[in-house]
Amino acid sequence: MEKTLKKFAGKFISASLGARSGPSRPLIGCLDDKITWNRKADETKFLEEVFHGLFINSISFLRPVEPYKSLMAFLARKALESNGSISPKDCETRTFLHDLPVIDDFNPDKIIQILKKRKTVIVASEKERSKGIGPAVIAQGTVSPEQGFVTISSVCFACFVKFFTDYLDALQKGIATDRDHAVLDGVTPYLKPVPEKKPSLMKGPFQNEGSVYSAVIEAGFKTVEYGLVDSYFGNVSYLWNKTLYISQTGSSLDELSGCIDPVPLDGSTSAGITASSELSAHMETIFKTGCRAILHGHPKFSVILSMDCDPIEKSNCSFQDQCHIKCPKKRFVAGIPIVPGEVGTGPFGLCNTLPQALEKNDGAIVYGHGLFTIGKNDFSEAFANLLKVEQACQHHYLEKIGRLRKGL
Amino acid sequence: MIFGWTGKILHIDLTKKEIAIETPDLDVYTRYIGGKGMGGRYLRPVACLPWDHPDMAVSIFTGPLSGTISPTSGRVHMVSKSPLTGLVGDSSAGGKFATRLKQAGWDGIVIKGQCPHPVGIEIMDSHVRLRNAEDLWGLDTKTAHHLIGPHRGSLALIGPAAENGVRYASVTIDSHFIAGRSGLGLCLAKKNIKYLIVDGTGRCKIKNPEKLKQAREDILRLTAASPALMGRFGFTCLGTGAVFDLMDNRRMMPTDNFRQTWFEHTSGLNAAGYAEKYTPKKHGCLGCHILCKKIGQKNGKAVTLPEFETMSHFTALIGCMDTDLVIKANELCNHYGMDTLCAASTLALRREITGMNYKSEEVLSLLKDIALQRGEGLDLGLGAAAYARKMGRPEAAMAVKGMALPAYDPRGAYGMALGYALSTRGGCHLRAYPISHEIFRKPVATDRFSFSGKARIIKIAEDLNTIVDSLIACKFTFFAAGLEEYANAFEAATGIETSTQDLLKKGEAIYYNERIINALNGFDIKDDDLPDRFFTEPGSSGNNIRISPISRKDFLIARKKYYDIRGLDSKGLPLEEKATTLGLIWKKP
Repeated sequence: MEKTLKKFAGKFISASLGARSGPSRPLIGCLDDKITWNRKADETKFLEEVFHGLFINSISFLRPVEPYKSLMAFLARKALESNGSISPKDCETRTFLHDLPVIDDFNPDKIIQILKKRKTVIVASEKERSKGIGPAVIAQGTVSPEQGFVTISSVCFACFVKFFTDYLDALQKGIATDRDHAVLDGVTPYLKPVPEKKPSLMKGPFQNEGSVYSAVIEAGFKTVEYGLVDSYFGNVSYLWNKTLYISQTGSSLDELSGCIDPVPLDGSTSAGITASSELSAHMETIFKTGCRAILHGHPKFSVILSMDCDPIEKSNCSFQDQCHIKCPKKRFVAGIPIVPGEVGTGPFGLCNTLPQALEKNDGAIVYGHGLFTIGKNDFSEAFANLLKVEQACQHHYLEKIGRLRKGL
Repeated sequence: MIFGWTGKILHIDLTKKEIAIETPDLDVYTRYIGGKGMGGRYLRPVACLPWDHPDMAVSIFTGPLSGTISPTSGRVHMVSKSPLTGLVGDSSAGGKFATRLKQAGWDGIVIKGQCPHPVGIEIMDSHVRLRNAEDLWGLDTKTAHHLIGPHRGSLALIGPAAENGVRYASVTIDSHFIAGRSGLGLCLAKKNIKYLIVDGTGRCKIKNPEKLKQAREDILRLTAASPALMGRFGFTCLGTGAVFDLMDNRRMMPTDNFRQTWFEHTSGLNAAGYAEKYTPKKHGCLGCHILCKKIGQKNGKAVTLPEFETMSHFTALIGCMDTDLVIKANELCNHYGMDTLCAASTLALRREITGMNYKSEEVLSLLKDIALQRGEGLDLGLGAAAYARKMGRPEAAMAVKGMALPAYDPRGAYGMALGYALSTRGGCHLRAYPISHEIFRKPVATDRFSFSGKARIIKIAEDLNTIVDSLIACKFTFFAAGLEEYANAFEAATGIETSTQDLLKKGEAIYYNERIINALNGFDIKDDDLPDRFFTEPGSSGNNIRISPISRKDFLIARKKYYDIRGLDSKGLPLEEKATTLGLIWKKP
C-alpha cells in the first residue's frame, strides 16, 4: 500500500501538478481495514472524517502548483459567484467528469455531500486565498489511489483548457475583463514553451517483435516526458507483421511495459478487448494511410485552438451546442484539420472522422480532445509532428490574443 | 403519486389459488429498491424453511429503471432459496420479461404454495389467470415455447431438468435468456409452475423524462468509449465470448477441472472462431444498446451461441476441443433447462475422478441422462459438490458453498479469489465482479496477483452490484459507466433525490440481509473458503506469467479484513449492532 501511495504522490510531482515541499505536496490516503497516508499532514484529520462518510477506499488531495493554481482559483471564484461549478467543454471532462463542483471551505460534511455524488470537488477558501494559498482538489476512488491521480490531473487539464478557451472567446467578443487579463498576465510566466528539440527515437521499420515493444514503450514515455498529454492519457500503436501493437485502455503512457496488446489485423483473436478505446480509429487509419506508427496525445494548445470558433459564425451555427460531434465546417489549425468525434465507436465516434482526415494529412486534431499524428516507418516522424503542431498552436494562440488585446 | 415503480406487487398463492395485490409504502421501495433487494425482503421471513416447503417464496422482480429508457434496464431478478446450495438463491436474466411486467403494471411477483398439477401463470395487464399446463409438462423449453406462442409477451419457463429434480435447473426466458444459477428452475418446478407469460399495455411513469434522457446520453457516451463493450473486439461485436482469448493470454482459463490454468488447444475455440463458423447476429435484452447475445446459424437454423463461461467450461474444463459440441451442449442445457456451468463442472469432476476422457457423444449423452434423471445422471444432477461427496472425493469439487466455479481461475486474480469465497450465493464471479479492474482495467487496473486493498474493494463492489441488480441494470455497463450516472437515472425516474453513496448504503443493507439469511441456515467462516487446490497447486505458468498457488496466509488475512470491513464477527457471522444500524434485525441463534 505504501508503495502505491508513494508512486502516485511522485506522479503528481513529475507531472508538474504538485511539489516536493510546501502546500502543493500531494497527500494521498488509502483505506483497507485501516487508513494509510503517504505523509503526515494537518489535512488528514478532516479527510479521515470524509473517509468515514463515504464508501470509498482512497482520497487524493492536492493544491496544484502554477499555472493551475491561479487558473483554478479564478475559475473557482467565478463558479462560486454563479452556480457553484466549473463547466469545461473538453472531451475528457465532458465524458468522464461532467462538470467540476466548487465549495468555499473545508467542511467535511459539505465535502461528503459533494463526493456522495461526484468523483471530485474543488475547495477554494477565501481565507486561504488571502494568504496566497491556492485551491485544493479532492478526489475519491473505490478501487485505487490511481483514480484520484487521474481525476485531479484531468481537473487541472480541464481548468487550463477552459481558461484559455474562454479567454480567447471573450477577447473575440470584446468582453474580456481586467480580471481576465490579470490572470492571463499572471500565468504567462509559468507557461512552458514546447520543447524545440525533438527526442532521438528508435529508427524503423522494426524487424522483430521485441523492437516493436521497445519502440512503443519509448514513444509513450517521451510523450509524457515532453508534457504532450494530460495525466498520462493518450495512446500509441505500431503495425508489424500484420499485427497492431497498441497501448491498453487506461494504461499509463510512461509505463507501457506489460500494457501493450498485440491485435492481429485479421481479427483472429479478441485479445484487443483491453486495447485503447481508440483501437478502431487506429486500425482504420492503418488501413487507409499505410502508415505504421500512430501517436495520440492531448497537447494543451492544440486542444484549445480546436475549440476556437469565430463567435459570429458560431452564433449563427445550428450545431453550436454540438460542435464536438457535428461541427459542419472544414477547419484547420497549423495546416492540419480539426474533426469532430467522441471517444470510442459510437455513432459520433472519432473512428468515423479521424481516419479520413489522416488520409490526406500526417496529423489531425479531434475537437476538444487531442492530436493524432502518424509515421510511415517509426515514431520519429509522428513525434516530430506532435511537437511541431503543438508549438505552432501555442505560438498561434499567443500571437492571436496579443493581436486581439491590441485591438487589431 | 409514485414514479419509477408501479406501486403494485402481485402475490400468488398456488395452494389456495388466491391472488392478492400489495401496494407497499414508498418507504419500502426506497429501502429495497427492486430486483434483488425486493427478493431479499420476501425471502427473509421464510429463510429457515426448506427450499421445497410450500410456503417458500419465489420472487420475480423488476426495478425502478425497468421499462424506462435507462440503458440496460431490461433484466429481471429471481430470488428464492437455492435447492443447490441452501443459500440465498438468485439469478438475473435478460430478455423482455421485466419490461413487459412493468408495462402490465406490476413491480414484481411473489409466488407461494404449490399447485397440485402443472400450471402456467398468465398475466395480461391486471388480469391474472392460472392455466392447466399438464399438456406441457415434460416438454423441452423450445417445444413448449413454440406451443405457448408468446408473440409480443414475454415467456419464462422450465424444462424437463427442473421437472425431474436437477439441482441446478434453470429458467429460460424468451428462448435465449437464462436465469441459470442457483437452481431456480427447480424452485418453480416444486410449485408445479411450468411457465409464466406476461404482457402489458401500460407505460412507466417517469418523474423527469428530460433528466432521464440526459442520464441515458451520459451512459451511452461512456459505453461507446469502452473497448470491452463496444470496441471492435468487445461484447457488442463478439459477445461475452470475447473474454476467451483474454483468459487464455492471462493464463487463468480453468482447464482439466482447475488442475491447469491454460488450455493448449484453444485455436478456433475463441469468439473469432465462432464468428467465422456460425456468422452470428447481434441480439440482446429489450432496449439494450450493447446487444451482447449472439444468435448464429447452423445448418440453416438459428442457434444461440454460448456465453464465455459455457465456451470455456465445455472445452478447457472438460478436455474437449470441438465448437460443435459446445453449441450442442449449450443447446441441450437450454432446452432441458439446466445451468451450463454446473453441468460442465460436474462432468469435469467426473472426468477427474474416473480418469477417462470424453468423446463428444458421451458428453451429450450424459447431459441427457442428467436432465432426464436416469442412470449416472441421477448423481450428476446433484451438482459438483454433492456428487464429489457421494463419490468420496469432496476435495475434487471446484465449488464454493456448493456452487461450481465459473471460468476465471482464482490463482490468476486474487480479488476474484476473495470474491468467490465470500459470495453469498456460492462460487460466483458476479457478486463483486473483480474482473472489471483485475482484467479489464476499469475504472483503473489493480494488481491481480495481490490482496492489497482487495478486502475493501470487494466489499464496495458487492454493495454496488447489489444495487445494480436492484435498480435494475446490467453489470456489463459498469465496465464503462458508474453509479454516478445511474444515480442520476434513478433520480430522474423516481423523483427521489439520491447519490452514489446513498445507493451504496442501501446496497450494503440488502447484502447484509443475505449474510443474515445464510447465517440463519448455518453458513459461516467454514464456508467462506476456496477448494484446497488453489492454495496447494500452481496453475500453468508461461508467457512470462507465473501462476503460483494462492498464499493461504494472505488469503486468510484478506478475509479477516473483509469481515471487519463488512461488519461481521470473527466467524463471519452478522453482528447485532451492525444489523441494527442497517435497519435489519438479527440475533445470533
